[in-house]
Amino acid sequence: MNKRGINYYVLLILGWVPFLLLLGLLLMAPQFLSDFRLSQLGKFLTYAIIAIGLDLIWGYGGMMSLGQGLFFGLGAYGFAMYLKLQSSGGKLPDFMFWSGLETLPWFWAPFQNPIFAVLASLAIPALIAAVLGYLVFRSRVQGVYFSIITQALTLLVSIWFIGQQAYTGGTNGITNLGSAQLFGISLLAPEAQLGFYFASVICLALVYLLATGMINSRFGRMLVALRDNEARVRFLGYNPVVLKTLIFVTSAVFAALAGILFVPQVGIISPSSMGVVPSIEMVIWVAIGGRGTLLGAIVGALVVSYARSFLSETYPDIWQYFFGLLFIISVLFFKSGIVGTLQTGFNRLRVMLSGEPLEMSEHGLSYYRTADLEPIAKSTPSTHDAHLLDKARSAAEGGS
Amino acid sequence: MAGGTGNGVQLASAPNGIATHEKIIDVKGVTVSFDGFKALNDLNFSMRHGELRFVIGPNGAGKTTLLDVMTGKTRPQTGTVTFNDDLNVLRAAEHELVRQGIGRKFQNPTVFSPLTVYENLEAAAGFHDGVFHLFSKLADPLHQKIDDILKLIGLWERAYVRAGILSHGEKQWLEIGMLLMQEPKLLLLDEPVAGMTRQERNRTGELLREISKRCSVIVVEHDMEFVRNYAGIVSVLHLGSLLTEGPVEQVQNDPQVIEVYIGRSRSPA
Repeated sequence: MNKRGINYYVLLILGWVPFLLLLGLLLMAPQFLSDFRLSQLGKFLTYAIIAIGLDLIWGYGGMMSLGQGLFFGLGAYGFAMYLKLQSSGGKLPDFMFWSGLETLPWFWAPFQNPIFAVLASLAIPALIAAVLGYLVFRSRVQGVYFSIITQALTLLVSIWFIGQQAYTGGTNGITNLGSAQLFGISLLAPEAQLGFYFASVICLALVYLLATGMINSRFGRMLVALRDNEARVRFLGYNPVVLKTLIFVTSAVFAALAGILFVPQVGIISPSSMGVVPSIEMVIWVAIGGRGTLLGAIVGALVVSYARSFLSETYPDIWQYFFGLLFIISVLFFKSGIVGTLQTGFNRLRVMLSGEPLEMSEHGLSYYRTADLEPIAKSTPSTHDAHLLDKARSAAEGGS
Repeated sequence: MAGGTGNGVQLASAPNGIATHEKIIDVKGVTVSFDGFKALNDLNFSMRHGELRFVIGPNGAGKTTLLDVMTGKTRPQTGTVTFNDDLNVLRAAEHELVRQGIGRKFQNPTVFSPLTVYENLEAAAGFHDGVFHLFSKLADPLHQKIDDILKLIGLWERAYVRAGILSHGEKQWLEIGMLLMQEPKLLLLDEPVAGMTRQERNRTGELLREISKRCSVIVVEHDMEFVRNYAGIVSVLHLGSLLTEGPVEQVQNDPQVIEVYIGRSRSPA
């Protein structure tokens, strides 16, 4: 009945192996890493969450957003506001005092509630993405113009945040969160940090699963269709504006979630973490890891961040040259990124071993996972095209 | 005007202007001019439900312009176009015409190359679903329909191949399949066999016969051999007007048609 049943299920399981392996490693990491290295890894995991969102909109939807830093920053600021108020213990936060404020600004007040802080940190970026996305996509702004608009907004907001010293902490951002307490534990306590590390791992896993679900749904296919030919999608009767806005909002929420997890582990959020340069770096993660593969987004964020950390520790003076070189090499020679290149190699190997024709195999695992194998599973096609043609021909002759 | 030649098959326009209830499309007195050049000149054209009609004519005869008018892409200066006896085509927006059931295939195949054949048809099937419906699976009857169309267009075995690596002919069939998923009442095909091998042309011809059982089809075609093999009734356009109309044997022996095509490499005679 099911012609390639065993093959299909083997591949289905194989497709999850890298992710499960990675998840296992991440869950065991606290056993092997020092507190410093663990908190560093936790920070990189939040980057991976951003990368997944960016991969959805750019790798699958073809829209290169240079505004992910903005959404990340807004999420981070929102939760930092809560932590700051908490650590100030009812007093006015220090930077406000220095800037001459005497009472807490009205919009800071609700952030004393952690639940409000988390929800607002997610909802505000989502709302901004929804409004911006709707307006931009409705005017059919595409390609590089979309990138420029998102970049301009990011620049605008980060400059604005620097200017509003009294409300945002200006260039320094929101710092000195160390005396904040969560559930009665100091933020800096190893248990709290471990908690945030595991929270990052779990959120990363959930975001990955959610994104996988989206990609494997018809929505994901329409996203790819949009990237390929938007006019054709419109001609089929879909409204591309809604599709594109939804994916933009999703990527913004992922970035904001990453921001919320970032702040307690790093202990600071400043405009330099949310501006134009970090937003471009996020694009580099996805490009090096492999656009259009969700695992590639995670791998890219981790590899680039570690490479950056290693190079800057080992060659403090010239590390940026290595970093640039790494990017150039990957763009020139590994266009499909680390995971994409590995996938192609794996598929070639599989074709060599199984003798299956390349055209059926070239999508590799993602192909078997996205494709819904129902019709072939239902009945093995017994009629070859030639037979079908004969049938059609005799039917046509009989009819005329 | 060069109207009907009295061949008795179907006159281009009813003299009293009253629409009969069996016309899928009725074009009356349509003139389209581009900077003084008349691409269509007082053209009359109509066909019945369920017909497979071929439209031929030399270059510049106005074949593609006629399709443009029927799909709302070009608005004529004069004349009326009525779809399915009640829809004024000239007043309706392009996407509205698609929704009302006028499907058009352009000359170049436009399929989503990163998606598989199956996924392309699935994309065409779900067009009436809202964005959140796209997270659920396609309804079962539509799956059935995709299977049905995969067999019809002869791409059953290629269902899980990415559309980008299909041959030119297969892409054309896939796009026809995508149009069929949307259940058009009238399907307009602009040179569907251009660039195809002989074998592919034959298969396309068989496919067109099958499709014409499901909906009305207008095929604009250059390839006279293809027209001879598969056309029933042929309309010949010349200089933006209808030159003649009738069964293919009759048309290709028509002195006027021979005159128009004379000296051409693919003469109909």
